[in-house]
Amino acid sequence: MELADAVLAGDRLALARLLSRIENGDSDGQRELAVLYANGGRAHRVGITGPPGTGKSTLVNELAKALRASGDTVAVVAVDPSSPFSGGAILGDRIRMRDLAGDPGVFIRSMASRGALGGLSRATGDVVEALDAAGFQWILIETVGAGQAEVDIARTAQTTVVVEAPGLGDDVQAIKAGILEIADLLVVNKADLPGAEASLRALRASLEFGYGSSREEASESWVPPLLATIATRGEGVAELAAAIRRHDSYLGASGEGERRDRRRTEAELEAALRDQLVAQWREGVSEGRLQAALDEVLARRQTPRQAAERLAAEPDRAREAER
Amino acid sequence: MSKPLRVLIAKPGLDGHDRGAKVVARALRDAGMEVIYTGLRQTPEMIAEAALQEDVDAVGISILSGAHMTLIPRILELLRRQGQGHVRLLVGGIVPDDDLPALQELGVAAVFGPGAHTEAVIQAFRAAVAAAGERT
Repeated sequence: MELADAVLAGDRLALARLLSRIENGDSDGQRELAVLYANGGRAHRVGITGPPGTGKSTLVNELAKALRASGDTVAVVAVDPSSPFSGGAILGDRIRMRDLAGDPGVFIRSMASRGALGGLSRATGDVVEALDAAGFQWILIETVGAGQAEVDIARTAQTTVVVEAPGLGDDVQAIKAGILEIADLLVVNKADLPGAEASLRALRASLEFGYGSSREEASESWVPPLLATIATRGEGVAELAAAIRRHDSYLGASGEGERRDRRRTEAELEAALRDQLVAQWREGVSEGRLQAALDEVLARRQTPRQAAERLAAEPDRAREAER
Repeated sequence: MSKPLRVLIAKPGLDGHDRGAKVVARALRDAGMEVIYTGLRQTPEMIAEAALQEDVDAVGISILSGAHMTLIPRILELLRRQGQGHVRLLVGGIVPDDDLPALQELGVAAVFGPGAHTEAVIQAFRAAVAAAGERT
């Protein structure tokens, strides 16, 4: 547990190493996290998502500066995609965050998505937990450039900021299901580009249309504010930081924050349970039987679901005999 | 679970030519590594700090300005001072042959000049990290 103790004492190298162990799925990483867990739950977690190239990293850089200006500490988790072919990744979000270098109140960690498709990686939630326990007051989570369906961030963050930029789609895009629905705050960045007014108009219309109907149970009194920013010049960032703080207060006052935490934790528990059950089951089944089932599916004699049902239902006799 | 190598590619100093650094970053990505790319004009302090926060296995430095004999020792010293003596440093760019023994002496794992084959660079990163041994 030496890492956990060092993390609590403010050792940044220990924190970095712990994050690696968590990310790599090491069992001692999980043990250390268990030690830290009671110290978490205090940070406010803000998700920043939106299509590639809308300026998320630049906005995170500016937002972190604004939060630091009032003395708060900030951790940034920036996720970029892994290659589906090599498994490698270019993690380039730090390029836009150089203003934060040298500030001991800031910690930036880049993560590769490692095959996960929801805009985060599987370990992002646990990495955020560790940063929370390490005492950072704000955790900014930047997702993979996300189009329409990458909505995992809404489960990990308490406040979700969806960043759009001018010229990315017509007004039908603005009423599609998915990413816009998870926005607690909606930002049109690069608001100095042509088309910004049209984007703002389409999104405003979409918000007016949506609230009072489909999401009323999710947030009775919170209507996502629509903000225009020019992150490269820092314009609109103070307003964005203020709106995030307002949303934080709203979550506390309305009870919505507690409801969201409960939903999030339930999802985490379910995912952990699923992992646990699969791991247990894998221990009781031989590789040969698994490959045989795979061959059946490849020969199209069974669907993957049929094969899974059989594998799960019947005990592995060969393996039983081995024991 | 498999553990991809994590590598930081950084470009210290004031020259603005990052094509080589990008080619290397891309090649390492295609070799299955996670490459943290920090971009241009990084100070040794920024490079060391990024190496720490990202807990990388190796750092690749691209220098074309001729300032390697000042920048490299400084980066190595910072890494060591923050407890990352195990992190391997590789250098790419324009380095006169006369400086190679001194860089080796400092602990630089490999130096690559213009025209180096990307396959050789990938192998050098792998070998350097393997030689640094299993991390605890």
